[in-house]
Amino acid sequence: MSAPSEHPPSLTRYADGEWHRLHPATPLLKGGIALIAVLGVIVANLRERLIDFFFHTPRYNGDPIDAIYDRGLTGWALLAVAVAILLAIGGFYLSWRMHSFRVGDEAVEVRSGILSRSHRKARLDRIQGINVHRPLFARIFGAAKLEIVVAGHDANVHLAYLASGLAEDLRRDILRLASGARSSPTQVTDAATPAELASGRRVTVSGVVGTRVDEFLRPADLDPDAAPPASVVAMHPGRLAGSLVLSGFTIFLLIVAAAVVAGVLSGRYWILFVILPGMLGAFGFYTRRFGKALRYSISGTADGVRVGFGLFATSSETLPPGRIHAVEVLQPLLWRPFKWWQIRINTAGHSRQRGAAGESNTTTLPVGSIGDVQNVLPLLLPGIADERRAAVALAGMTRDADQSVFADAPRRARWLRPFSWRRTGYTIIDGVVVLRHGVVWRRIVFVPLARLQSVEIEQGPLRRMFDLAEAKLHTVEGPVHPRLSVIATDAALELFDTVSAGAIRWAASDTSHRWNTAAADAPNGVDAATENQEPAT
Amino acid sequence: MTQRLDIAADFKRVSPKYVLVVIVGTLLGGAIFSAATLLLWLVAHLWWGWIALVAVLVVTLVQLIIAPRRARAIGYQLRQDDLLLRRGIMFQRFVAVPYGRMQLIDVTRGPVSRALGLADLRFVTAAASTNVMIPGLPESDAATLRDRLVELAESRRAGL
Repeated sequence: MSAPSEHPPSLTRYADGEWHRLHPATPLLKGGIALIAVLGVIVANLRERLIDFFFHTPRYNGDPIDAIYDRGLTGWALLAVAVAILLAIGGFYLSWRMHSFRVGDEAVEVRSGILSRSHRKARLDRIQGINVHRPLFARIFGAAKLEIVVAGHDANVHLAYLASGLAEDLRRDILRLASGARSSPTQVTDAATPAELASGRRVTVSGVVGTRVDEFLRPADLDPDAAPPASVVAMHPGRLAGSLVLSGFTIFLLIVAAAVVAGVLSGRYWILFVILPGMLGAFGFYTRRFGKALRYSISGTADGVRVGFGLFATSSETLPPGRIHAVEVLQPLLWRPFKWWQIRINTAGHSRQRGAAGESNTTTLPVGSIGDVQNVLPLLLPGIADERRAAVALAGMTRDADQSVFADAPRRARWLRPFSWRRTGYTIIDGVVVLRHGVVWRRIVFVPLARLQSVEIEQGPLRRMFDLAEAKLHTVEGPVHPRLSVIATDAALELFDTVSAGAIRWAASDTSHRWNTAAADAPNGVDAATENQEPAT
Repeated sequence: MTQRLDIAADFKRVSPKYVLVVIVGTLLGGAIFSAATLLLWLVAHLWWGWIALVAVLVVTLVQLIIAPRRARAIGYQLRQDDLLLRRGIMFQRFVAVPYGRMQLIDVTRGPVSRALGLADLRFVTAAASTNVMIPGLPESDAATLRDRLVELAESRRAGL
């Protein structure tokens, strides 16, 4: 632990290396769901009573509520409920008292638990991402959850709940400590802190209620330092709706619908009652996804890529530089007439919260045009020279562009891959391997060599007959699987040599896990790409 | 004009005794599958049971015949900055893992290996698909190789 004076002046009091407690309303926010659940159970149990009261139907026997009422035990029952609630609240209060966190120079620590204590410590240089989640209930109270993502199963550090602005401050401070830039606070002090922002608004809309309303209406990303956090992608509602309608789930729904129609036509009406709840669920699924991605935003900051989304419950995720192990640009067959693309990534850490596309938070761009993809890729792959990356991405996405950038599979590969052999190839630009493959589901995969785990080439009897081989790049677990199913044997050997040597060289020179210390002596692409996102002074 | 996938490198072979481990494993597997197919044929009275039995026996026999060649095909080399591994004759596989990507080294010994004084060494990275395993090393070699790899990884550590 070090004295607070070592830190830059802009650090919040929460990142001073001392133990702090969470937001005082935490028990209420955590218990709020339980309280609603209890109310729900009571109402569900009283349903018969209410019907009885209004419609005077014959008395229903065996209902515990009836039994209580008949024997005049109402007071006792209420007392029992009150005691249970008090006990619960007491427990929550105690757990709040015992729950504390500390942000130091080296690690973030959390102590929690009443009877069985736990002490979790996450090293700052191992942080894979920091997310700020605001569930609807918590947003009403101006609170937010901070999730510090680290690699490993269920190893994330959760700080729930913090005051909304504080969560943002803390995220910024943790990122700055993690970046290794302890002595250069200049880039942040010129931007307004959220406290100033909030107080500025408090003048216009007076009172606590006004602040809450303000916070509520603000986009998911109330970004304090990289103002303005102008999103490089604007989500068009029409395109979003279209992308949802033209998804695999819709095809599944259509099949189900066809089965239902067939069932009804043959007189089996019971199918309707079986299917109906599922259909309502499907409708909910669509609206939830739509609402989530509608306020999608993605922007580059000095401390990494920031993705914000959510309508009622909002999330804002930050991926520091050097945490992306693979990027995939893909296009399902149904999206092709509209030229829509999606971007997914592999990271070592996985959040428990769901991401912008409603699935795991590995989908970085739910749907976008070619232009959107070209805008997002620089944020995800900052190390590559802009024009080369753009050329490669364009060659992967459209047929018209210059295709010669990719070394594609030879013509003899058509016997094994009759449709996709023309589109199965690779290239290496500025320490990033770019693969493209697939003809039904078109994919372009970027793998930074600095984070490649291992490389593999394979050849079975069938491929040997055609003088072909298979190449795989191994990265951390995720939706992206970088591989080339056909490649000429000599090309495979060349790829193996280049990639295995490149993986060593680029890893040795990679300093992006301490991105700001690197900025001083070797200005790499990270800073070049994010310079235009810096606040104007 | 067809060409075998081959990397010209000075590969170290695993212990010749490893063939025995493979043979015992193959025989055990063959026995279990034969018993299962016998059950299907004689107890469950499935007419194709005997075809399955013959298939199992043929596969086991072929595996026994190629076992020595397969064991000889396993090779590894400690290069300057990475570990190179090769496996397989029909299905060839080459993997290169930089030392700096090591998360941990596993040394395991099965019952047959232990009787022969052998051990298997597994190099684990953050990617599950890396799957780098050097089987059939003499126990003392496995221990020295493990220490050497850990030492190399320490000097070339890369962040995750």
